[in-house]
Amino acid sequence: MKPLLSVEHLSVSFSFQNKVVDDISFEIRSGETFALVGESGSGKSITALSVLRLLPNNAQMQAAGMVLQDRDLLKIPEIDFCRLRGRRIGLIFQDPMSSLNPVMTIGEQVAEVLNIHFQLAKDEVRQRVLELIKQVEIPEPERRINEYPHQLSGGQRQRVMIAIALAGKPDLLIADEPTTALDVTIQAQILDLLKNLQQQTGMALWLISHDLALVSNIADRIAVMQKGKIVETAATGEFFRQAKHPYSLKLLAALPKMESCLDRVAQNKPPLLKVEDFKVYYPIRKGIFKRVVGHVKAVDGVDFELHAGTTLALVGESGCGKTSMGKGLLNLIPAHAGRVLFDDIDLTQLQGEALRKQRAAMQIVFQDPFAAMNPRMLVGDIIAEGLRALRSDITRPLMQSRVAELLQQVDLPADAALRYPHEFSGGQRQRICIARALAVEPKLIICDEPTSALDVSVQAQIIALLKELQKQQSLSFLLITHNLGVVAEMADEVAVMYRGKIVEQGLVEQVLTQPRHAYTKTLLAAVPKLQSTRKH
Amino acid sequence: MIVLWTDALIYLLVVTSVVFAWYLGRQQHMRRPLKKIAASPVAMASLTLLLCFALIGLADSIHFKDGDSRGNEAVSLLDVACDTMRKHGEKTYSAPFAVHGYAKETLALDDGSTRWDYPRLQYGGAHLADPETEWAGDVFDKTLSGFSRGAGLMLMVLLLAWGDQHERRRVLWRSASSKAVWAALFLVVSGCYTLFSLSAYYHVLGTDKVGEDVFYQTLKSIRTGLVIGSLTTLVMLPLAIVFGIMAGFFKGWVDDVIQFIYTTLNSIPSVLLIAASILMVQVYMTNHPENFNNLLVRADMRLLFLCLILGVTSWTGLCRLLRAETLKLREMEYVLAAQALGVKPAMILFRHILPNVMHIVLISVVLDFSSLVLAEAVLSYINIGVDPTTHSWGNMINSARLEMAREPVVWWSLTAAFVFMFALVLAANLFADSVRDAFDPRRAQAS
Repeated sequence: MKPLLSVEHLSVSFSFQNKVVDDISFEIRSGETFALVGESGSGKSITALSVLRLLPNNAQMQAAGMVLQDRDLLKIPEIDFCRLRGRRIGLIFQDPMSSLNPVMTIGEQVAEVLNIHFQLAKDEVRQRVLELIKQVEIPEPERRINEYPHQLSGGQRQRVMIAIALAGKPDLLIADEPTTALDVTIQAQILDLLKNLQQQTGMALWLISHDLALVSNIADRIAVMQKGKIVETAATGEFFRQAKHPYSLKLLAALPKMESCLDRVAQNKPPLLKVEDFKVYYPIRKGIFKRVVGHVKAVDGVDFELHAGTTLALVGESGCGKTSMGKGLLNLIPAHAGRVLFDDIDLTQLQGEALRKQRAAMQIVFQDPFAAMNPRMLVGDIIAEGLRALRSDITRPLMQSRVAELLQQVDLPADAALRYPHEFSGGQRQRICIARALAVEPKLIICDEPTSALDVSVQAQIIALLKELQKQQSLSFLLITHNLGVVAEMADEVAVMYRGKIVEQGLVEQVLTQPRHAYTKTLLAAVPKLQSTRKH
Repeated sequence: MIVLWTDALIYLLVVTSVVFAWYLGRQQHMRRPLKKIAASPVAMASLTLLLCFALIGLADSIHFKDGDSRGNEAVSLLDVACDTMRKHGEKTYSAPFAVHGYAKETLALDDGSTRWDYPRLQYGGAHLADPETEWAGDVFDKTLSGFSRGAGLMLMVLLLAWGDQHERRRVLWRSASSKAVWAALFLVVSGCYTLFSLSAYYHVLGTDKVGEDVFYQTLKSIRTGLVIGSLTTLVMLPLAIVFGIMAGFFKGWVDDVIQFIYTTLNSIPSVLLIAASILMVQVYMTNHPENFNNLLVRADMRLLFLCLILGVTSWTGLCRLLRAETLKLREMEYVLAAQALGVKPAMILFRHILPNVMHIVLISVVLDFSSLVLAEAVLSYINIGVDPTTHSWGNMINSARLEMAREPVVWWSLTAAFVFMFALVLAANLFADSVRDAFDPRRAQAS
């Protein structure tokens, strides 16, 4: 059978750089789901863009052949290519918020595609828009088409993006990390939707993702990309049964495993942090005098205990208040009510200098290692910042030796101190952030999604580093995350947060294997699992 | 030697910037951006031009009593260097390189009769016996000889540098950016040399209404332009930076108070404020004549106050920009991390916020520079700008309003002011551009 899309010997390079895509060939058959998997920077998005001829201006592309059905994509003039994009090939991007125009209603944005590619009368267009919105399962389509993107939830926005991509009735739908910006439960819904749509329309789906578990549930064939090369292509079942290439094996091994929590023993240690009826409210102010007219209840009465030398994971979807809780505990945002007992000191009562001194005991590592460091400071200064602030008596050579020691602890070379953050990769930057937190010798580190911006293999390294540090220095971690795999790898106890409240709390094995609360059950069900593990 | 107020401030500025540059050079992590600036031909050529401007401005800022003139008029080093230009005044307008006046007048001939014709200039081309036949050749000769002498001088220096056997210096001399510096220096030095040697015989840029040499005026205006650009910035920057980042960082009542101040200040027409303060200075000087016994001192006082009041009225725009940027930056995770580490607010402002808004400051300062020079021209129009006796591009442009309405048009004042201003502002822009790029670590990686 003739493939729908075949690409032969495609190479893309940017000026003065190595090849981003290096001589790859693949084909997509009509009606199948083809997944291109790789870590960030492996060139998977660039491959998709080069097929659509949407590469940035400074990119150079060579290809021996690129054929969509019977048309040679390399020979089509640009003016005809415009009619091809959106009509024969649809595209969905990662971030649904920035892909939609905020000043157009979603109905208009769907209709835009129809008007470009089809000659339709006005009421026919409306009819078709409603049909499409219905097709992507958005409730109340008549009302929704007159709404603006900001009035929709993240999942609904992604549905609108899919509707736009479907409007041209494409033969091939390219989905570039379609669910990365979404919560797990929403992710499961979107994937179901994509699967259904594919069965209805018979189009081919080209899925680009970094998530092997997700891919294993939906793809027919998988291609693994590493540093611009496709290292392995195989049917999904075969791939997960016996991957051949060492890199594929490495990727599979790096995936956090839910089973790893099974043998964890409960530890009996004294409580380090005790939180009672903790509340963080954001006031809503109105009028000239900024009167408080109401509150957004981000954290609404939370109790938990964290034991010394253990890890408590705080799990929940975006918007459930877990990050507000982390910042509230550190007094970075004011708490509304409640008590935070840390070593029997109530942190909420501390003020001014006493609070500043107490900060050394509790540190935070943020999600995005790119935003977490001042781009204009040297790494050495970044790490030494806490020492400078809290130990005014420390001498310069002493500080330098401490910085070197910290760099060594997080496995970075000593000369890193004189370099800027942007010279490091994401994983290395997260190590620097950890070193910065360790500098003041804290007892507790709040890790706010410490690995969600990182690739799986790097994620595994960071988790290993955190575990190692915990063993050496008997640190406690409050792990804030949405990734249940990471929880299973790291946590001793789990608290599940839903709409500002903790709905379930217990030992990690108990919560992950025998969830009691309905929300925990949905959450666990939505987590994509490797096919092979499902078969056990 | 006489030190005027603005002179003192200029010296202070020069000393501070030299010390600052020396300090930067000693910092280990600053060497890379500095090297990057040094490696950029455009930046180095612009810097050369800027330094030449600064040098002329500095020469014009060293004042002393003129030995041979009566009274207590002070002259500057530049005045001495341009002595011929300064003293060779004509009666009124004359075109560049002209030997005759620009307007006809009644001439008394030797035989007693009168004629309605263009008069010969008193100094411009006075050495020519028969201007009709000799003029073109003479101008060509003098240009060529002036240029060849200037160029010869530069070539000799260049040859010395080129022939240097020392390996490290040879590499230095022959890098792309040093070639650009040499090219810029060559052009500026030989150009200046030519113009100077020509101006002994001709008015190379013509003369103005009262017969003063326009080239001399333009050179004198450099100091006024630099003073207004730099001193005003010096007044405005601390206000804008301190208020802007404080309002953005602390929010709450601090923000309210600062916003109130700048909206109030913005809603008062700035011309009104400037007029009021200039009048105040005038009144003060009239009441204390003993302190201002000299025309130059009075003009200088007025210039200084103009800078002050321009600074006070112009910080609001930058302040608002910085406030908005700080509002964005304070939510960045590295600021939160610093707070979590117990870093004091003042330190956070200084170490995290300030360096990250510096690019905005740099760009708006350079862009403001040109608008300040223009503001001075506008203010001169309603008589509250610099003193009419002070040479400035603003005054020149202002007088050009009438000159452009004349028939035939007097174009050289405006052109001279325009060309010099253009060169200064363009050089400042290009230089600031590469400084901003070099000090942004993210950009340093991209190239």
